[in-house]
Amino acid sequence: MRTVLQALNEAMHEAMDRDERVVFLGEDILDPYGGAFKVSKGLSTRFPGRVLTTPISEAAITGIAAGLALRGMRPVVEIMFGDFLSLAFDQLLNHACKYRWMYNDQVRVPMVVRTPMGGRRGYGPTHSQSTEKHFLGVPGLRVVAPNALCDPKQLLLDTILSGDGPTLFVEHKLLYLSSVGKPPNRPVLEVIPGDPSSLYPSVLVRIAGAPAARLTIATFGYMADLVLDAAWRLAVEQEVFVEVVVTTRLSPLDATPILGSLERTGHLLTVEEGTVALGWGSEVLSLATESAPRRSTIVARRLGAWNVPIPSSRPLENAVLPSIQDIFDVAMELVG
Amino acid sequence: MDRILKSTCDLIPAELMQEMLRIRLFEESTLHEFSKGRLSGTTHTCIGQEASAVGVVSALRRSDVVFSNHRGHGHYLAHGGSMHGLAAELMGRRTGVSGGRGGSQHLHFPGFYSNGVQGGIVPCAVGMALAEKYKKSQAIVAVFLGDGTFGEGVVYESFNIASLWRIPVLFVVENNRYAQTTPLLSHFSGDFSLRFKAFRIDVEELDTNDVTIIREAADSITASVRETCEPRAMVLHTYRFSPHSKGDEVRDLAEIEHYRQFDPIILLRSRLSDEEYDLALSTARDEVSRAFGQAELDAWPDPADLLKAREELLNVCGRSFRH
Repeated sequence: MRTVLQALNEAMHEAMDRDERVVFLGEDILDPYGGAFKVSKGLSTRFPGRVLTTPISEAAITGIAAGLALRGMRPVVEIMFGDFLSLAFDQLLNHACKYRWMYNDQVRVPMVVRTPMGGRRGYGPTHSQSTEKHFLGVPGLRVVAPNALCDPKQLLLDTILSGDGPTLFVEHKLLYLSSVGKPPNRPVLEVIPGDPSSLYPSVLVRIAGAPAARLTIATFGYMADLVLDAAWRLAVEQEVFVEVVVTTRLSPLDATPILGSLERTGHLLTVEEGTVALGWGSEVLSLATESAPRRSTIVARRLGAWNVPIPSSRPLENAVLPSIQDIFDVAMELVG
Repeated sequence: MDRILKSTCDLIPAELMQEMLRIRLFEESTLHEFSKGRLSGTTHTCIGQEASAVGVVSALRRSDVVFSNHRGHGHYLAHGGSMHGLAAELMGRRTGVSGGRGGSQHLHFPGFYSNGVQGGIVPCAVGMALAEKYKKSQAIVAVFLGDGTFGEGVVYESFNIASLWRIPVLFVVENNRYAQTTPLLSHFSGDFSLRFKAFRIDVEELDTNDVTIIREAADSITASVRETCEPRAMVLHTYRFSPHSKGDEVRDLAEIEHYRQFDPIILLRSRLSDEEYDLALSTARDEVSRAFGQAELDAWPDPADLLKAREELLNVCGRSFRH
């Protein structure tokens, strides 16, 4: 089994090997520790001059990355926990994401900020959040989330080597342990790639040979793993069939594959691990509504975390974050 | 047009005066144009602070990088920026150096960058200098901070890393004694130089508006940044005669009058003959008047171009860009 963690680590190695302009900055990323979640394992041994372990200074290292990028390098920053992105927000919002535009397209800022995100490990209120929603819709910022189905290695590699603007790359902590590719215990799942020309792919997953799906479930990142489990249970236990659309580029949002599926199913459920209010799912539902034909009806729900800080204790955390059962239940409410 | 003086052997008072007058008259015209309603948005002029702009920037090479702040017209002009491009930018014209998108605080030409958000430019400048170090270009980066900027935490993060990683960056502090309208005593504790020394960054502190003294110091400090590939700092105590922005003057007029005896142009005036001074003055006056005159005739930017740029910014594919 090859995990997403291994795939991302391979991408970092290959990016640094292929392009000398790639510089990697972050806290505690040197071997033998190799980063808090080990995505950086082996890099400092292999590329000692270009792997820079930093003080605990998220704002400065993000700003330094912007400066490196403006002067011809391709920096990658690791923020140890996605929760700490708030410290780098000004550097992204008012600096990195502004330069190209406010200098009249005369410059590019090809930088990547990678960060482990999400809960389910009992880390409590300040080390478990899914903060990506706060970065969606920032002009000039691309927000990308890998998943197990969409070749995470290629996605990170392309983001580092071919991206031409600031990109936030959101890696869920449990996704690291997922196996790359479709779940091995679900041979009848059919994974259909979206637009092959896009740097940021999406996939549509359904059960091969099943009757027409009655529900589209749109999701990203690690939640795709849970959604696929829920989809399987819906099919086996209730004979409710769904199409699952998994996207990698959250912002700017390309909802085309989601809307395409919705046209077939007529029902939409969005699933994210972050809080629901004013989040990714809200935007997907807005686009679905705006693109719907006149006098048509869209039946839709959003599923995400409760709008509270994330508790540390396992039963409490499990209650707050969306579960397979939650997905199952909401899907049944919609089409059961 | 290479207006940058290269080394101490070029340290000719007439040239330094010429540079300072370009900035002084440009800034005076800027305020005048605002009062006539021909400029919109906002601006922060550096009238009174010309010696630090010219003294430091003229010691740099054209290949060096300047990162400036909200009060950046002087740094921009001293580093060789087009005066017409700046005037047009202030007037929101298509020919503006940032095409009218940036305005007074967001200026760019190769080797020059500015952003109006306090403090945040400092790590960016450190990153640029690190890039130049990787590229072995011998270029250094000078970043301009004001006294007010010292309230931002990211500044200290940046000092720490610049020292730790031996990054060839020059921190230039222009202490004009006010953070917008708040006097130094109300926003700043302790000492400028000690802040740098705490990070083992060598610092030179000058309490003068004499451009020749600042230039001499900058010559040796920039050479030292280049040779040692380490950060250095200059703390320049100065004063601005103009308001923070446009019509927001709250300082005691007697205080402003007191500092006028240290006007950098007056301080240098006696080193020039009348003919030299008159020539510098009329040359600057002509250039400023041409810059604003031309800019006013220039076309406005077309929002249709903005739509195209928006599509590119959304950048659905993003494969194409290479440095």
